Amino acid sequence: MPEDDLKRPRRLGLLVNPVAGLGGPMGEKGSDAPDIAARAEAAGRAGQAGARAARALAAFRRASEAPILAGPLPPETRAALDGEVETLDLGPTAQGRAETLAAVAAMAERVDLILFAGGDGTARDVAEANRAGLPVIGIPAGVKMHSGVFARSPERAGRIAAEFLAARTPRTDLVEILDIDEEARRAGQLSARIYSVARTPATRGERQNPKAGGGDMLADLDAALAGYVAGMVEETLYILGPGTTMAALKARIGGGTLLGVDLAEGPRITARDLSEDDLLERIPPGRPVRVVLTVVGGQGFVLGRGNQQISARVLERAGRPPIDVVCSAEKLAGLTPPELTIDTGDPALDAQLSGYWPITTGPGRKQVVRVVA
Amino acid sequence: MTQAHPWMANSVPEVKQQMLSALGVNSIDALFAQIPEDHLYKGEMTLPKQLASEVALARHLDDMMARNSGTAENLSFLGAGAWPHYVPAICDEVVGRYEWQTSVFGSPTSDHGRNQAWFEFTSQIGALVDMDFVGLPVYSWGCAIGHAVRMASRMTGRRRVLVADVMDPERLSVLRNYCAPREMARHIEIVTVRTGADGRLDRADLKAKLDDSIAALYVETPSYHGVIEADPGGLCALARAAGAEAIVGVDPLSLGLLEAPGAYGATIAVGPTQPLGVHMYAGGGVGGFIASPDEERYAREYNTLNVSISETSGEDEFGFGLTLFHQSSYGMRDEGKDWTGNSVYLWALANATYMAAMGPEGFAEIGRLIMARAQAAARRIDALPGLSVDLSRPCFKEFVVTFDSAQVSAVNTALRARGIFGGKDITGEPGVPDEAMLLCVTETHSEDDIDRLVAALKEITA
Amino acid sequence: MTAPIAKRSKAQFEGYRAARWPEPVVTQMGCPGRRGVVFEEAPTPELPKGAARKTAPALPEITEHDALRHYLHLSQMTLGMMGVSLFGTCTMKYNPRIGERAALKHLADLHPLQHPDTLQGVLELYDNFSDFLCEVSGMDQFVFQAGGGADAAYTHACVTRAYHASRGELEQRDQIITTIQTHPCSPATANTAGFEVITLSLEENGYPSVEQLKSVVGPRTAALMVNNPDDMGIYNPDIKEWVDIVHAAGGLCFYDHANFNGVMTRLRARELGFDACMYMLHKTFGAPKGGGGPAVGAYGCAEHLVPFLPGPLVVKEGARYRLDDDRPESIGRVREFWGNAPQVLKAYAWARAMGAEGLREAADLSVLANNYMDHRLAQVRGVSRSNPGIDAPRMEMTRHSVEQVAAETGCSIFEISMRMTDFGIDALWLSHEPLLVPEPFTPEAGELWSKEDIDYWIDVLEHVIEEAYATPDVVKGAPHNAPIRQLTTALDEPDQWATTWRAYERKHGQRMAAE
Repeated sequence: MPEDDLKRPRRLGLLVNPVAGLGGPMGEKGSDAPDIAARAEAAGRAGQAGARAARALAAFRRASEAPILAGPLPPETRAALDGEVETLDLGPTAQGRAETLAAVAAMAERVDLILFAGGDGTARDVAEANRAGLPVIGIPAGVKMHSGVFARSPERAGRIAAEFLAARTPRTDLVEILDIDEEARRAGQLSARIYSVARTPATRGERQNPKAGGGDMLADLDAALAGYVAGMVEETLYILGPGTTMAALKARIGGGTLLGVDLAEGPRITARDLSEDDLLERIPPGRPVRVVLTVVGGQGFVLGRGNQQISARVLERAGRPPIDVVCSAEKLAGLTPPELTIDTGDPALDAQLSGYWPITTGPGRKQVVRVVA
Repeated sequence: MTQAHPWMANSVPEVKQQMLSALGVNSIDALFAQIPEDHLYKGEMTLPKQLASEVALARHLDDMMARNSGTAENLSFLGAGAWPHYVPAICDEVVGRYEWQTSVFGSPTSDHGRNQAWFEFTSQIGALVDMDFVGLPVYSWGCAIGHAVRMASRMTGRRRVLVADVMDPERLSVLRNYCAPREMARHIEIVTVRTGADGRLDRADLKAKLDDSIAALYVETPSYHGVIEADPGGLCALARAAGAEAIVGVDPLSLGLLEAPGAYGATIAVGPTQPLGVHMYAGGGVGGFIASPDEERYAREYNTLNVSISETSGEDEFGFGLTLFHQSSYGMRDEGKDWTGNSVYLWALANATYMAAMGPEGFAEIGRLIMARAQAAARRIDALPGLSVDLSRPCFKEFVVTFDSAQVSAVNTALRARGIFGGKDITGEPGVPDEAMLLCVTETHSEDDIDRLVAALKEITA
Repeated sequence: MTAPIAKRSKAQFEGYRAARWPEPVVTQMGCPGRRGVVFEEAPTPELPKGAARKTAPALPEITEHDALRHYLHLSQMTLGMMGVSLFGTCTMKYNPRIGERAALKHLADLHPLQHPDTLQGVLELYDNFSDFLCEVSGMDQFVFQAGGGADAAYTHACVTRAYHASRGELEQRDQIITTIQTHPCSPATANTAGFEVITLSLEENGYPSVEQLKSVVGPRTAALMVNNPDDMGIYNPDIKEWVDIVHAAGGLCFYDHANFNGVMTRLRARELGFDACMYMLHKTFGAPKGGGGPAVGAYGCAEHLVPFLPGPLVVKEGARYRLDDDRPESIGRVREFWGNAPQVLKAYAWARAMGAEGLREAADLSVLANNYMDHRLAQVRGVSRSNPGIDAPRMEMTRHSVEQVAAETGCSIFEISMRMTDFGIDALWLSHEPLLVPEPFTPEAGELWSKEDIDYWIDVLEHVIEEAYATPDVVKGAPHNAPIRQLTTALDEPDQWATTWRAYERKHGQRMAAE
């Protein structure tokens, strides 16, 4: 946070998407449809986001007295706050998605962390409006929660927020914001993409109890990327997936895209942000190919979410190339159940690819994880 | 067992029964249900008879240990990696305290005293070597060299290290393991630099070998043979100019007299901790330290646990916690760091006590005394017919005695018959063309002791 | 409370008070000219030009009494095992004082390079204890050179290199397989030794499947390094099959016996097929931990690996013992000389006082006590057990979680642990990283602690959890009864950390002067 702001106490920005989560019980794959609130009301369903936000705030208040600047709040959330909250005046026109965007924009320079309740759709809107790059933490309250900003529970989100605001030197990690691609979904194809990245409070555990340790997992990952680059072979074509880890890899070989699929020939990026068709065009028959991926989002997808350009067709064209996955040991430890998922769109190929994959977690370190379709 | 065991509170049958009843099981065997039947060992353990009575156990230990005859019963001139230095009584008192003997990591608040004592170890080592960053100790001097060389290799991305061809074989053997065999992808090559007739590194040979493939120069002063390097700063400058780290190994007891590595441009200092208030314990007293400037590029390469001073929420109060445990992603690191684990942290408390009691004048005084005694011994031995010591070499604590015709092994046998342990037999080691021993003389040796040694040598070699 | 009793009053329950000396850092103490140790005067020697020290080291100038008092005050401000410590994975045992006395009396003045004729007692000790551990493990030879458990794992990595090198296969065999629940020292040392480390993940049963192991075993496999049972108290029943699979591929199998306490005399590593194993003498065998060593990882192996062991080896010839360092295939040294002899003596003394029947009793009691703890902890509000689907009794320790307490009160296991220290219970062992269980803690009762101690420990946990619900600020602000309050400096910041007093003065001195 800026030096001159140290004079004011750190402030929490609070945002609740009242319709988040409504679609789930209705069998929807999200709550993004414009008429979702009306339909839910007709079906006699109330949103859970307000109540979940209230749980998070109760946990927050137990640990922090930081002032709160909030967007419009549902009554159950407001009740949990005992009235001690400053509310943004967004004017009467802002509603739904526009309300979220306006609230986040208004929070710039005024808060130190945004705590929001919602799902991937909300996360995406928050990220879009968050031009100030404020750290963000999500209270899980949606249908889809693939993005890395979501805490495991509302209480945990509240606690993390309190600890972050109290920390002398708050630390953040960069995570991906994912969402189901609505257009693809309407076309009958389940597909996700990475929309953006956000900074979220780093939540590595307190470590004043060190027995023998193998070192730091982030540094390990950094070193793993260096090791991978050192082993890249001139004649091989590398299909490089999206994500922050992959962006760090790409940065070592000429720089690539954060959200797109890029191509490298040996340790050099030669094409960026490629579509499925671009990839099919650029894979000459007989050329050795490797695919390099990381685990995307919080739900353990390696293939088929956020990197669907690397489709079954692409994999077939490349002669079913070896797939290398790079991911931090910490992220793997957080997988429940402890497995990774693939969804290339071709069940037969998925079945063939399923099994145990060695995932690179550090320099000279791999962890074996079961991959399921 | 019929008696309850003094070290097992719950070996009382009634207590066992209380716990079994709480669990609702009949026998302890039922609790091992996870282990398949065919994994269980079916035989009887043929172990020596239980000695649960302390009096019987003490007698057994005394009987067995009576077959040793150590440096208290004999006059010893053995050094070479474990040195006979005086251990002040307060050091034994301090390390004997059950509180920190039984501590594991605990926390900075509950085990505050131990953490502070650790910080006082690192602080006082820092004062001795004139460097700002010191880690908690590692297993030994050799291990400190190994870690330092690996630090240097990671920092420079280079895979060769220069060491003197005359190096303690124990430490060299340890270093070899840390550098991995040739077959391994991450092998670090150990390249030796010639030691000149003056006992110092040959500058020409060093310059010829110091190219941009060298991760570090490792040099000791005093050397394995006890020789004081007249210009360690010059060696460090050569290393630094080649983009290599300048690692210097020092005897901390020499640092009241000899210049501190931090003052002449060493970038990493290592050395033994046993001389600082720890008994030899048949080699079990060894430990090693690593120090460097307090710059991130060094600090982030430490594999040791590192303790930092901290403020607390109390007024005018210090606490001591771990730093650099969360090594954040810094720079481009191609390899993981080495492991951290149990080391010799209890000895660090003896070291801290020793250094505090010694103070600056204690170090200066002991340095003068060791040099005076060692040089007196060297002169007297050199005067004996058939024995020689190169008196032109400035030596600290240890020096090489060469024999014209006598066999060192035979000399040592004869000395032992007289209740004297001669120096380490270094005949056949690199840089030792003749029959030779490495003799160690410290503050524990009186003038009478030297008289006795000289008389015995004279008699044996006559 | 110093000695928990079955029926205790509220005052006894809350009666513990930590020692609190406002002790300065030693470098702040003293006055110029004061001395703690003096030596006979000797003349200033002639030193080569440039070799002499120019500025005296900035060490304290204090009396002997000041030094002693200072360090004894510090020892008093160290909780260690003075209260109750069930620090899991460390097997907190009594450290018998007879071992301490014997080490000082018999070993302090021995030099490791003495002629073996003058070391017969200590060599016999090494030989006897090697025999003892061989009987316990089924192995053929033990060595004590490794300065800790991690160093023994490193020794194994070095022996693995030498073994495969002797068969011309080292370049080919560059992978070591371990599991996520094996102590981090195995992957870390294997990696330091130059191997690529393949870590297996846990599956539904609480351990990796045979299929998962098979997916990575092959011509590149140099060794398997595993513990069993793991730190959650789960025993892998497929372990014999694992060993067979790795052997069939030409790899070695190393049993990290860090969690040996619950299976002493019931399992022998060699019978399960392992080629080598390791015991921590400062843990399972009663030698003190010293806050982190000196320690010993006793490394034992079967005959086919003996040639590669670090030297020198103690060899018995008739009634005499000698040190054999003429072993061309040996890996040399992992540390100078032949090990932490005092710790070996202390462990040997412990082992002899236990005997076969004592080892069995200790194993039984540690598993019984842990299951008793599981039973009581299951009734504590908000506490859950790892692997909830596995009903079988756990071994000598179990991983638990206060995730629910944290969710409902905002108090983390770290804060709960800090609050427990206010009652004389040293900080809990949480878990190795990465954390597979949220808000974890891992107690291990072992055979030392009485049922009253264990009950007290659980009562304190229960009390603190009740506090978390009723008065969370009390828990969050803990400790309230420790020598010092919580640390506040950002120790991971380069401009803040100071590992020496001189660094502290440099970084913080200006600010101090200004205040």
